[in-house]
Amino acid sequence: MEALRKRARELLETGAVDVVIGYGAGSAPDRARAIFVRTPKQADELILDDRCSRNLAVYLMKPEVQALGRPAIVANVPALRSILQLAAESQMADGRVVAIGFNGNGTLTELPTFKAIEEYLAAIPPALTPEELARIATIEKMSMAERFAFWRSLFARCLRCYACRAACPLCYCGKCFVECNQPQWIPAIPHEESNLEWHLTRAMHLAGRCINCGDCAAACPVGIPLNVLTQMLAREVAGQFGLHAGTSSKKEYVLSTFKTDDKETFIR
Amino acid sequence: MIQTRALKKTSLSALFEKLTAAGRRILAPRKNGDQIAFEEIASARDMADDYIQTTLPPKSCVLPRCETILQYRFVGKDVEIQDTPPKAVPTVVFGVRPCDARSFAVLNSVFTWDYKDAFFTSRLENLVVIGVSCTKADAYCFCTSVGGGPGRTEGSDILLTPINADEYLAEIITEKGNEIVALAPDLFGPPPTAKKEDVLADVPVRFELAKLAERLPELFYREEIWTDQSLRCLGCGTCAFLCPACVCFDIQDESNHNGGIRARCWDSCGLSLFTLHTSGHNPRHRQSQRWRQRVMHKFSYFQDRLGYIACVGCGRCARACPADMNLVEHLKALVEAV
Repeated sequence: MEALRKRARELLETGAVDVVIGYGAGSAPDRARAIFVRTPKQADELILDDRCSRNLAVYLMKPEVQALGRPAIVANVPALRSILQLAAESQMADGRVVAIGFNGNGTLTELPTFKAIEEYLAAIPPALTPEELARIATIEKMSMAERFAFWRSLFARCLRCYACRAACPLCYCGKCFVECNQPQWIPAIPHEESNLEWHLTRAMHLAGRCINCGDCAAACPVGIPLNVLTQMLAREVAGQFGLHAGTSSKKEYVLSTFKTDDKETFIR
Repeated sequence: MIQTRALKKTSLSALFEKLTAAGRRILAPRKNGDQIAFEEIASARDMADDYIQTTLPPKSCVLPRCETILQYRFVGKDVEIQDTPPKAVPTVVFGVRPCDARSFAVLNSVFTWDYKDAFFTSRLENLVVIGVSCTKADAYCFCTSVGGGPGRTEGSDILLTPINADEYLAEIITEKGNEIVALAPDLFGPPPTAKKEDVLADVPVRFELAKLAERLPELFYREEIWTDQSLRCLGCGTCAFLCPACVCFDIQDESNHNGGIRARCWDSCGLSLFTLHTSGHNPRHRQSQRWRQRVMHKFSYFQDRLGYIACVGCGRCARACPADMNLVEHLKALVEAV
């Protein structure tokens, strides 16, 4: 923690960055929150411990935070993956963000370029936790009808507050499809059908792009495990195309790439 | 005049049976995983018993998340409009916390302000609120800072306070409450001797409300404060969607080639789309402006116009906020701003 504060101070003092996006103490002993350190003195408010689990990369796309200037970001593995995925989608210029990577044992690694992030992440293959795998297995054991009923009952709760979207670093569209009314892709009125359409379309938009930080589910005020949908889609994309989101700053996106030498014959 | 009685906890099942027999729908807190929701229940045994707050407030009893207000049909080149009359079902909502119970008056002040909203008022008229006092609170509770308290009776028709392991102290507050007692008079015994105050949760006052209201018009112009407070806000709207006193709504149509419906749906001033004009101009284009609006509306404009603070101190906004925006902390900072 002291090393982080020291480095944040240096980055600000030398003018290398204008803001350090990091974690500070939250409003309860078990909560951390994002803080935006803009003066060397403020660096003392930075913390780094088990509470620091949210993906701060979401703030890199926020106009109010972008307006603060060049950022450094205290980045856990999902945040680093988010940066690479944003880079692959041409949303971020190389060298714009100084990532301060940290892992479970508290080691800090400064990663000023996409290449540095790629190399750092190469040693950490994307994998689901045993709990995540067990949950997917439970759902896969269900019949199609049971599975549909399972999701339908969860989506029925949805308030359409769109907190899932707001918490997602990869939901950066200036205008989301759900807000488009000419044509109206999805009814804006929340009911079972439109909620289902919203969540399925959102999941499809994140297919192979989701870096599995889980912040959509964590943000959901009514406890819908939305990350399960994108986890299952990520597995499809990995299985069919061998691609993992957030591993490279240059990766072509699987659902919008066409290759003349595609191994499938139907597409040619 | 409030009458005091005793009601045995084991009598709830019998009470609910009487209410159901009298044609009233019963909504009560039910646990489903980590969610506690007001749901229609068949038996008192289905209720959650150990909770500080329900996940969602009882607001949807009077202001559903989405409500059809009219239907239309395309007839040649014309549109035929058909009113959808309010269809309020006589309902008893049980287990409402005293903070939430106070929110009905706040909501009512908006929906009867210059126009009596038939949808809202018919639901409210058909609603009986049986509150349950709080014997526990958490660090997010701040009802006492906004004029409420863990045993306050406003908004409840009957308020039950778990006075000991077996009994509630029942305060029958309104005529609607009397009607409920009249359905099962045998269940309500002579008042217990124990004091209500002794079992209520301790909820400390966290900031000075009068001072806040006095300072807000001047603080409105302190852009840097609002920007600083809202930098971590994701603009997700969770706070408004969980708020018992938020009233903002959106009117939406859903149609096919034959016609469609027009519905009123919850909305939030924290969302950028809320104020987006057709021209593309957005008068609240930054999150700081939307955060300021949220605070100003609840603690200044609302009181000036309608005489209520549009916050009952339930703490849901702070508990659920994915960015840990803590309303009380920010209100305190505003009161103390130099």
